[in-house]
Amino acid sequence: MENIESILNQALHEFSALEDPVELEQAKARYLGKSGSVTELLKGLGKLDPGDRREQGARINRVKEAIESALSARREAIQEAKLEKQLAMEALDVTLPGRGSGMGGLHPVTKTLERVQSIFHSIGFTSVSGPEIETDFYNFTALNIPEDHPARAMHDTFYVDADHLLRTHTSPIQIHYMMDHEPPVKIIAPGRVYRVDSDATHSPMFHQIEGLWVDEHVSFTHLKGVVSDFLQRFFEREKLKVRFRPSFFPFTEPSAEIDMGCVFCEGQGCRVCSHTGWLEVGGCGMVHPNVLKHVGFDTEKYLGFAFGMGLDRLAMLRYGVNDLRLFFTNDLRFLKQFE
Amino acid sequence: MKLSENWLRTLVDPGLSRDELAHLLTMAGIEVEAIEPVAPPFEKVVVAKVLSVGKHPDADRLNICSVDAGLPELLQIVCGAPNVFAGAVVPCALAGAELPGISIREAKVRGVMSHGMLCSAKELGIESDAEGLLILPEEADIGMNFREYLELDDHVFDLKLTPNRADCLSALGIAREISAMTGAALHLAEAVEVKEACGDVISIELVSPSACPLYLGRVLKGIDLSVRTPPWMKRRLERSGIRTRNIVVDVTNYVMLELGQPMHAYDLEKLNGRISVRFANEAEKILLLNGETLPLSRNNLLISDDHGPIALAGIMGAEESSVSNSTKDIFLEAAFFDPVVMAKGRVQNLSTDASYRFERGVDFGMTRRAMARATSLILSIAGGQAGPVSECMDRLPERNAIGLRLNRACRILGIDLSREAVSSYFDRLGFEYREKDEVFSVQPPSWRFDLRIEEDLVEEIARLHGYDNMEGVLPESEMVMLEEPESSRGIAELRKLMVARGYSEAINYAFVDEAWEKDFCGNNDPILLRNPIASQMAAMRGSLVGGLVDCLSFNLNRKQSRVRLFETGACFFRQDSTYTQQEKLAGLCYGPAFPEQWGIETRWVDFFDVKSDVEALFHPIEVSFETCAHPALHPGRSAGLTLKGMHVGVLGELHPKWAQKYDLPRSPVVFEIDIDALMARALPAFSEISKFPPVKRDIAIVVDDQVSVLAILEECRAAAESARVELFDLYRGQGVERGKKSLAFRVTIQDTQKTLLDAEVDAIITQLIEALEKRFDSKLRI
Repeated sequence: MENIESILNQALHEFSALEDPVELEQAKARYLGKSGSVTELLKGLGKLDPGDRREQGARINRVKEAIESALSARREAIQEAKLEKQLAMEALDVTLPGRGSGMGGLHPVTKTLERVQSIFHSIGFTSVSGPEIETDFYNFTALNIPEDHPARAMHDTFYVDADHLLRTHTSPIQIHYMMDHEPPVKIIAPGRVYRVDSDATHSPMFHQIEGLWVDEHVSFTHLKGVVSDFLQRFFEREKLKVRFRPSFFPFTEPSAEIDMGCVFCEGQGCRVCSHTGWLEVGGCGMVHPNVLKHVGFDTEKYLGFAFGMGLDRLAMLRYGVNDLRLFFTNDLRFLKQFE
Repeated sequence: MKLSENWLRTLVDPGLSRDELAHLLTMAGIEVEAIEPVAPPFEKVVVAKVLSVGKHPDADRLNICSVDAGLPELLQIVCGAPNVFAGAVVPCALAGAELPGISIREAKVRGVMSHGMLCSAKELGIESDAEGLLILPEEADIGMNFREYLELDDHVFDLKLTPNRADCLSALGIAREISAMTGAALHLAEAVEVKEACGDVISIELVSPSACPLYLGRVLKGIDLSVRTPPWMKRRLERSGIRTRNIVVDVTNYVMLELGQPMHAYDLEKLNGRISVRFANEAEKILLLNGETLPLSRNNLLISDDHGPIALAGIMGAEESSVSNSTKDIFLEAAFFDPVVMAKGRVQNLSTDASYRFERGVDFGMTRRAMARATSLILSIAGGQAGPVSECMDRLPERNAIGLRLNRACRILGIDLSREAVSSYFDRLGFEYREKDEVFSVQPPSWRFDLRIEEDLVEEIARLHGYDNMEGVLPESEMVMLEEPESSRGIAELRKLMVARGYSEAINYAFVDEAWEKDFCGNNDPILLRNPIASQMAAMRGSLVGGLVDCLSFNLNRKQSRVRLFETGACFFRQDSTYTQQEKLAGLCYGPAFPEQWGIETRWVDFFDVKSDVEALFHPIEVSFETCAHPALHPGRSAGLTLKGMHVGVLGELHPKWAQKYDLPRSPVVFEIDIDALMARALPAFSEISKFPPVKRDIAIVVDDQVSVLAILEECRAAAESARVELFDLYRGQGVERGKKSLAFRVTIQDTQKTLLDAEVDAIITQLIEALEKRFDSKLRI
């Protein structure tokens, strides 16, 4: 029975040389098929002594199992090789660009607006809006700017008819809101505003954002705290210097101009800040009692502060844009820079 | 307002450097916009006299001058200026001098030694367009340092004043402010009251005393108008930007700059009879000093004599009675005109230094002093004799006491203030006040027109305390959460959606070309501005489409081939005599549907590409699209959007005639939607997910080309509610009759309660097919 081991060796040798699964199955039949050599040996067991039969049977079965496991190993190997070949053929140039329509982008002034809103929303301000065609009353009179007041000369106003004009600031939104609500009031009011003015630093239409907080215990130092904190968050500079400078607005008293340390030269003086180290970013003050009276608030009980800033100006300073007019020409080469 | 620093420092000297002084003023609310040196730096320039002038042997245009520069020896200087003459006193740059752009050395000029240079004002950088040598007065000190002679080591402060601070429109006003801020003493030149040397008087009548409650007039006789204005006065005037004219006009201007009181002088000879201050009659006219004839109205306050107007009060005098070189006798006026009257009578494009001050309020407590100051200056410089001052006075503006509660000041400012601190601030400001139990009663001074209520005093306290000395603090407040409605969404979300679909955001002016309103909205009566900045920006937009079309054209001109833009913003409409505005979202697509790239065939964007963007904006709400006529759009390629029966927007190809008119090679696809319609969201409500498999069946029908898919889908919905029907193919061509189209639908039927039997499904499909046949005469395509 020497040839049992040699059958095994022969089978292992034969399988390892095969690459084709069909040939492998044919080779299998030659050993384990109905008239395969191992099958023949098993058939011959009946002719042996019962003692020899058990021993011989065990030997043949071991060989049979070894052949079977060699077979399945070979099957897997062939399968594996086939898959690898297929994967290699399917490989892509992953550096090719992605397909599709691409992305657009927000206008830089809108980006700025959304950031400003989210900063103020984080301490409980609500956004409100108002009409852009306003009456004289809301734009001027209710804001303590009576007819013939020299401050009206500060606003070069677009008129629609004798009673209607394009709002020159976002402040009339305050009036609308306060007339419809009871204090406390804590709002920001962004919007387009219009003035008869056009050059590199003035646009006949631009954007402002107005803030108003009326409550029993708000003060000028709170105003300074809120405005400073806002500018530090907006420009992401913890130590940004903010300065209040006495100024005049008919609707606030005391009033202040808001300056911040120049973000381009760190206060050293450069062209952007006219070598002063400071950039003017807005105006603010304690709401004038006449304004609160106009909307029926108790001026003894309630105090308020208000501030206004140019969104276009903030966007210019934030992104280093040097010409205001770029915001309104909608040149895609410009807009695409802010995606 | 421009003001010489040296002059200012004669009035108050707080011991601060120039920059510190500027900072102090800025932080007091008087913004120093610029500090300009009067002259560029240069040295070694002296006052010199040309003793003799001789021709240069080798150059026609050059002269050889012998010059006394105050040195032990005379200098030989070659000079090319045509206006040189023997006896001329001129600035002379000595050897070694550094002038702006030139170094002066001893050198040969065409073979002749020159030991310096005689200078023009231009060469010294003190005037930009001066020709020839700067000729100085004969009496100038020869050899004197030229900078000292002209006081060139001075700077001009350019001050930006707020309209409430009329009291700062003078050197005195600024000095007073510095004094208040620092406590430094104020030195104001004493006004010497001159003796009345002639008895001439002109009688004055205040016809409208509330418009002019104080009027001072005085006759000055025998004035020599040929005298030169003293250099110190000339310098101060020029450094404030005022040109010198003659001594009388210069003095009135000087007093205005010094004390803030505008004055006027009339030629006495040209006056007739009495002076009256009155409002104009409708038919009156005045020929002003500037040569313009102005028709007058009842709002114009006049100074008049028996023959008619001699001045537009507080604004400008008449040509006829103005002081000229031949004038010998004058009538000098100092008055107070009511600011409200001045503002009402404002004449367009005629703002003078005087009117600017009167409109904002002139210190009526300074009028007499100004008269005395002007008189003494004129007499001491130009001689003459003064008559007595005629004065008419009525009720001057009231200065009612203002109450200030210390605790309210502290509450408004958010700082602690002591009674003593507030008292000292008021003292420094020159306010008169009484105080009891920490309540002040303050009498505003005559020069302040901006103090009326408690808060005005709080601002004064804040300024004196220093805005910089008030630390910002964050307020403590109730932590109230903001509302977060889920049933609506914000504009920000819509913008993000547009960005994700490849659109860039544009912002256009809200005023547009009137033609756009007609072309893109069919609006022949747009809302027009009365004073537009340009004619193509005269109409308030009723649509955002015009702006986007304009942006497209702008970008195509800059070689962009694929343009996708959107804008959100208000559009404006008139209703009777009121105006309404509506926020809209508009978009525009032009060029290839996809950016040019590998793997996608380049194809022009069409209606349906953009329709999917519009659907995405509304998703999951389904908006209906129906054929519509719109002035801006291609009649066969436009759709109106309706939501619950309401028209909410349009979508379509721009009408080819507009593409042609606006120079677009092809029509873009545009849409515009009312933002309100996009805001509403339904709160999602859960429904059971079916455990049973859905059944899908495809049917294809052939219908008339005219039949809309929307109509078919609506019919299906009506016929079989439980079936979801979706179009998956549209076919025209071989096998389908002309004028017809084949539509293939996938019908999905789902029951949440049981597995459907074939017979049930067949019944539903038959129901659908029959309904479509009946309604549209459709044929099943097999």
